Amino acid sequence: MTPLCQIFADGSFLRLACDIAPQLLQGLGTTFQLTIFAIGLGLGGGLLLALGRVYGNKPIYWLSTAYVQFIRGTPVLVQIFLIYYGLPVFEIRLDPLTAAIIGLGLNSAAYQAEYFRGAIQSISRGQMLAARALGMTQFQAIWYVILPQALRLVIPPWSNELIYTLKYSSVAYLVAAPELMYTGKIIASSLRGPGAFRHFEVFLIVAFIYLVVVLVLSKTLDLVERRLKIPGLEMR
Amino acid sequence: MIWESLPLLWRGTLVTLELTVSLLAVGLLVGVPVALGQVYGPRPLVFLMSGYERFFRAMPVLVLLLVFYYGLPPLLPAFGTAVLVFGLHSSAYQSQIFRGAIQAIKPGQILAARALGMTRLQTMRYIVLPQALRLAIPGWSNEYSGVLKDTSLAFAIGVTELTRQGDQIVSRTREPFLIFITVALIYLALTYLGTWLLELLERRWHVPGLTGQRREEHGRVI
Amino acid sequence: MAVSSKIVVRVEDLHKRYGNEEVLKGVSFAVRQGEALAIIGPSGTGKSTLLRCINRLTEPDRGRIFLEETEITSPHIDINKIRQQIGFVFQDFNLFAHLTALDNVRLGLMKVKGLSKKEATERAMHELARVGLAEKAHAYPAQLSGGQQQRVSIARALAMDPKLMLFDEPTSALDPELIGEVLQVMQHLAEEGMTMIVVTHEMGFARSVCHEVIFMEKGVIVEQGPPDQVFLNPRQPRTRQFLSKISELYGGAR
Repeated sequence: MTPLCQIFADGSFLRLACDIAPQLLQGLGTTFQLTIFAIGLGLGGGLLLALGRVYGNKPIYWLSTAYVQFIRGTPVLVQIFLIYYGLPVFEIRLDPLTAAIIGLGLNSAAYQAEYFRGAIQSISRGQMLAARALGMTQFQAIWYVILPQALRLVIPPWSNELIYTLKYSSVAYLVAAPELMYTGKIIASSLRGPGAFRHFEVFLIVAFIYLVVVLVLSKTLDLVERRLKIPGLEMR
Repeated sequence: MIWESLPLLWRGTLVTLELTVSLLAVGLLVGVPVALGQVYGPRPLVFLMSGYERFFRAMPVLVLLLVFYYGLPPLLPAFGTAVLVFGLHSSAYQSQIFRGAIQAIKPGQILAARALGMTRLQTMRYIVLPQALRLAIPGWSNEYSGVLKDTSLAFAIGVTELTRQGDQIVSRTREPFLIFITVALIYLALTYLGTWLLELLERRWHVPGLTGQRREEHGRVI
Repeated sequence: MAVSSKIVVRVEDLHKRYGNEEVLKGVSFAVRQGEALAIIGPSGTGKSTLLRCINRLTEPDRGRIFLEETEITSPHIDINKIRQQIGFVFQDFNLFAHLTALDNVRLGLMKVKGLSKKEATERAMHELARVGLAEKAHAYPAQLSGGQQQRVSIARALAMDPKLMLFDEPTSALDPELIGEVLQVMQHLAEEGMTMIVVTHEMGFARSVCHEVIFMEKGVIVEQGPPDQVFLNPRQPRTRQFLSKISELYGGAR
């Protein structure tokens, strides 16, 4: 309770917001952590899955496809529950935050796999042929010609995915991971006064924080996208 | 033991389906006017509608759910709150789908309709809407898919939909992995069922040359 | 420059089938050093497939191909090493969209041939100058006209210092005004003694620049010989038919 907050009337909404801000910002920090690790996991996994679906042999293709179909057809909450509540059956016990990161990450990987696959396939087959005609191995062709372009082509859907992951990190609330939503819940439960009303106020502040963060992030990603454009390199 | 839980899971599935269909209806009823407002309305209306859309798309749906749940007077049961919140959330995406569909119709056709002497209303009814509805089906199919998965979040306010039902079973039988895999497979089946039905609809209404637009699933680019 | 008697590439009884259709039905020929060979014929008769078999971008079903003394269709061969010695120019240019013209030409030198950046840049700039595009070194493909893109693509192939250049309908995707600049580059190359096989519809080029012409139809070589013979005095009736159709289309010899 910083003394700075005393400029607001005791019991007022703004006073509440000011008082709980530090704690909420900590929760926000965890939310960012959650988001970044999850999307990183999604990036690595997604790229591998996409390469498997485009260049892999039959079994790899079917495995990747099955994974992607399963993840995209089931709710992320159920996936996180499977990891947090389900894995202990196999003696793997994870803390809520790690379980959430893995769940969100594996989820994101399936969607990112599709973006990458689309990007890789939209790069004309002819460029792959040209690379091979120069004498490059398939690996070299993928590394020097296909991937640099694919990575640029996926920036728009990828930025979208980043925002989506940030929003859905809130689901970790349901396994009690200390991100923003859950932090809000803890605060709300510990406050005096009528339960519902206190919850409402706190969550309203949480909502506001999400709104601001998402809008700022969107704008920033737009700018980054514009600066990274190469003339003529667009997803068709 | 899975066998015994089936009736309960079935009940949960029904709740999930009810929730999904109701909220999609709400989303449609709100989304189409919003879309029309954005395309045909005066500047201030466009501004308002865009703001509405951007707000609902920036907010995590779980946060919205809890704010409304604690904020609304306790007249509305949890199920109703869920329908309302998810419905409004979906309306923002659905309005975008319809807006895209409307804008994908070549403007020359509208000119031609007016040249024949049709009023704006007639043009909308006979030219724009029939095409827009067809063009919107793929987007709508993805929205269904996204929304179905989001209903699992109604867990948070106590609605006994499929996931919560599964959770309750787990606390009794202590077989979390098995139960949740079953739950996941049910969602998978529901997803395929829904998209298959919409595909049938698309085929029944199909007109050669009229294709859909870029896909987005509830905020995620497909 | 004179055509020597040394054989650079020899194709023996090449067969290729796609599904039910046999596209190459036993094609055999040889190209000597310094020779420019034109392959003409109606579309879809396997000309491009033939070319792609030579550097095994398409795998032939049967038959053998020799690059100088080496049998490149043998299973023990490292095809990537072979491809370094054969330059391929595509109908659709296929420049790497994310790289500047200079980088497009440099990439093969640095990553496949292993040259240092300095050496690669020197060679690349030399080749770009050779095709007349030194000032466009830092442009991206999307910023270049079709003709310029194709010339960069030629520079890219030449930079690898190949023994043989393969051109797969290099001007078919170009606007008419741009065809000339590409044909000019190819003509210089032929005059400098590059061994090349050109699949083309540009009869004027085939007649005036090439030393040998093959007329192919339905997967077989119908007629082969020096341009004067094939164009002025064709022995096969089909050749005669094809050529008269062409001159109808273009109003006389082009």
